[in-house]
Amino acid sequence: MTVLRTSEHSLRLRPRALLAGLAILIVAAICGLLLLSTGDYPMSPSAALRAVTGSGTPADAYIVQELRAPRVVTALLAGAALALAGAVFQALVRNPLGSPDVLGFTQGSATGALIAIVVAGGGSVAVAGGALAGGAVTGAVIYLLAVRHGSHGFRLVLVGIGVAAILTGVNGYLLTRAEITDASRAVLWLTGSLDGRGWDDALPLLAALVLTAPAVLFGCSRGLRMLELGDDAATAAGVAVGRLRLALLAAAVLLCAFAAAAAGPVAFVALTAPQVARRLTGDPGPNLLPSLLTGAALMAAADLAAQRLVPGRDLPVGVLTGVLGGAYLIWLLAAGRRRMA
Amino acid sequence: MTRLAGTELTLAYERRVIAEGLDVAIPDGSFTVIVGPNACGKSTLLRALARTLRPRSGSVLLDGRDIRTLPSKAVARTLGLLPQTSIAPDGITVADLVARGRYPHQGLLRQWSADDERIVAEAMTATGIAELAESYVDELSGGQRQRVWIAMALAQQTPLLLLDEPTTYLDIAHQLDVLDLCASLHAEQGRTLVAVLHDLNHAARYATHLIAMRDGRIVAEGKPAQIVTTELIGQVFGLPCRIIDDPETGTPLVVPAARRRPL
Repeated sequence: MTVLRTSEHSLRLRPRALLAGLAILIVAAICGLLLLSTGDYPMSPSAALRAVTGSGTPADAYIVQELRAPRVVTALLAGAALALAGAVFQALVRNPLGSPDVLGFTQGSATGALIAIVVAGGGSVAVAGGALAGGAVTGAVIYLLAVRHGSHGFRLVLVGIGVAAILTGVNGYLLTRAEITDASRAVLWLTGSLDGRGWDDALPLLAALVLTAPAVLFGCSRGLRMLELGDDAATAAGVAVGRLRLALLAAAVLLCAFAAAAAGPVAFVALTAPQVARRLTGDPGPNLLPSLLTGAALMAAADLAAQRLVPGRDLPVGVLTGVLGGAYLIWLLAAGRRRMA
Repeated sequence: MTRLAGTELTLAYERRVIAEGLDVAIPDGSFTVIVGPNACGKSTLLRALARTLRPRSGSVLLDGRDIRTLPSKAVARTLGLLPQTSIAPDGITVADLVARGRYPHQGLLRQWSADDERIVAEAMTATGIAELAESYVDELSGGQRQRVWIAMALAQQTPLLLLDEPTTYLDIAHQLDVLDLCASLHAEQGRTLVAVLHDLNHAARYATHLIAMRDGRIVAEGKPAQIVTTELIGQVFGLPCRIIDDPETGTPLVVPAARRRPL
C-alpha cells in the first residue's frame, strides 16, 4: 500500500487494486473494439476507430456510429450500472447474495416493462419507461416493508426474495395474457438483450450513471466501508447510518432501473461482477469502482460472445451472462470459503 | 463536572420498555463501570449514551448540548464506543481494521496522514496485537479479535470512551490486561471511560465510580468502597454474599455465600 502525502492531504493507493482496475479497463476496451470492428461487415480496428471519430468512409461511419457504437456504449454502461448497484447492495446487506436480481428489483422492472408491452402495447420508449417505473416502485415497496422497520442484512434479503417471488408470478401471468407477438417480444426483453439498441437507449443511462456514480463513489464509499462493520460501529464512528443507507439504496435502485430500461433485466452481472472485482483487487472493502469497471467489461465480453459464438445467430446477452454467472456461482460453492488475497 | 449525561431517558426496543425517566451523569475524568443483572438496562443505557440507540423520550447531553443536534462526525471525535458485537468483513487484516477507527479524523483527501499511521501503530502496541498486524481477523481467536476491536476504538482517539462488555470473550489474564489498559487510559491519558462489566469484583477493583442498575433504574452510584455492601448486592443481584477487602488492592471483594455444602 502506498501513500501520497502533502503537508495537509494524503491519498491512499493500493497497487494491486490499481493494476487490477487497469487490466479490467483494457479487457473492456479490447471487447469494445472487437464489437465495433467485427460482425456482418468486418473492418480493421483502425478503420473502426477512424469511423468513430468521423474520418472514415461514410459506410463505415454509419455502421459504427449508428449501429455498433450505441450498442457497445449501452453494454458498457448497463454493465457498469448493474455492477455498481450490485456492489452497493452486497455491502449494505452484508451478504454476497444481496443482489438486485435476488432482491426483486429487476423483476419489478420486468413487471413495469411487461405492463407496457402487454397491457399498453407500447413501443420501446414505453417499455423503458415501464421498466424505470417498475424498478422505482419495487424499491419503494421494499424500503417501506423492510428498511424502514430496521430490517437490513438477512431480513432484507428475505423480504426481497419474497417480493421477487410474487413479481415473478405476476410477470408469468402477464405473459399468459399477451398476444403471441407481444409475448415473444416480452420474452426477448425479459432475457436481457442489447439487440438494436440505439443512442436513445444509451443516453438516458449515461445521464443516470453520470449523476449517481460520482456521488456514490466519492461521497458514500468511505461511509459504506464503516457501515460494513455493523450499524453500531458505524454510528460510533460518525456515519449518519439511516441517511447513508437511504441514499445508497435510492442510487442503487435508480441504476438498476435505468440499466433494465436500456438492456432489460440482464441476469447475474450485479451478483457476480462485485465478487470477481473483489478477488482481483484483493481488497475486502466494498470495491465500488473496481466493480463498476468489471461489470462494464463483463457485459461487453458477454455481448461479444453472444454475437459471435453461434455463427449467423445472435444470442441475447442475458443468456451469456446467465451461463457465465451460473458457472461462476457453482465454482464458488464448490471451492468453499476462499481467502481474499 | 460532567461532559456526558442523560436526562429523563425512556429507553425501549420495539414494545419492550427497558427504562423510564432515567437520569444519569458520568463524572468527568472517571472510570465509570455500570453493573447489574442481565436485562437491567446497562447495555441499553450505554448505547443510548453512545447515540446508537434513540431514546423514546428524554435526551443525552454531550458538553451540555443534545447529542442528536451535534454533527455525528464531530461527536465521533469526542465520544467513542466499543460495541458489544461488530462484524469484521471477510478477509480483512488486523492493521486494516484498526485503521478504520481513524474514520472521524479523515476525509476524501485526507486518507492516511502520518498521524493516522502513528496512532494506529500505538493502538496496536497498547493492545498487544502489533505482531498480528498482517494476519486475517477471521483467523484470530475470540480474545485476539476482541483486542483488535479495542485497538480500533483506541485509534479513534476520543477523550470519552464507552465500552460495552469489553472483557466478555477473554480469558482471565486478558481480561485483566484489558482492564489495566483501560486504567492506564484513564489515569495516564486522562480519558473518561464508561464500561459495562459483568464481573462485580473487576468492577469494584477498577472503577472510580460505580453505577448499579436493576430493572432500568439506578439503584446506587458512587465509589465502590462506599456503595458495595451486602445489602446492595442482595438488592441488585439477589445474591447473598459477604464483602471483604481485596487483599491486593483494598477494594471491596464480593464473596458469594456457598449454596451447597462441599461433599
